[in-house]
Amino acid sequence: MSALTFRYEVPGDDFTRAGEASSDVKRKLKQLGYSPEAVRKVAIAMYEGEINMVIHAGGGEAVVEMDPEEIRVTLRDQGPGIPDVEKAMQKGWSTAPDTVRNLGFGAGMGLPNIKKYTDELRIETEVGVGTTLYMKVFA
Amino acid sequence: MTVKEAAQILEAEVLVGENLDVEIKTACGSDMMSDVLAFVKDQALLLTGLCNPQVIRTAEMMDMRCVVFVRGKEVDPEILELARSRDIIVLKTKYRMFTACGLLYSGGLRGESGSL
Repeated sequence: MSALTFRYEVPGDDFTRAGEASSDVKRKLKQLGYSPEAVRKVAIAMYEGEINMVIHAGGGEAVVEMDPEEIRVTLRDQGPGIPDVEKAMQKGWSTAPDTVRNLGFGAGMGLPNIKKYTDELRIETEVGVGTTLYMKVFA
Repeated sequence: MTVKEAAQILEAEVLVGENLDVEIKTACGSDMMSDVLAFVKDQALLLTGLCNPQVIRTAEMMDMRCVVFVRGKEVDPEILELARSRDIIVLKTKYRMFTACGLLYSGGLRGESGSL
């Protein structure tokens, strides 16, 4: 069976709308009968990624592929890139400004949390070009 | 404890939600949604002083049933609309965070058992 594929634009200028794509994906996965555990893992990881795209990269694009064995989420942005991925993966390390912290984010838990909730995570990033996150959660 | 009992303990105003007979066993209190996403497990009720739509989104992603805004915050109608569409109960209490958490704890509600 071929995978169901969904594409979303993540707007970069509107923090209040961040999470709309993840919310839609969560509902679709539920309707398709994926396990609550898999649904929750995808929802949290993708939501963190979406927030990151809005905070750091001016938005981007999300592609979600659902097949019976696994859910693949690709988040692509043309943002500033991550100069030091190893550092960015450390819990508590954050470059988010205070304005973001006042909104309840930027505690330096985004990428570590994405890693925690996914079964596979690959990050492709280049400074000045952008970042792409490839996430995989087994169904 | 049910959400209804929690609302009574907090002398809370119900902003969204009709059926309050929802059972909750554990709760958490935080203004950092990053931390909620990172550390919360099965807590069904979130107390927060943060007032933006991402509070509801966070609750939605974490399968939480109820959000309590503390310190008598004015809550934007847009936030309430989002909660309504996601079937999340919203309460508002005049108590501050520490007191609100303490009252619920004294009433029998617990946090996550154990440490990280």
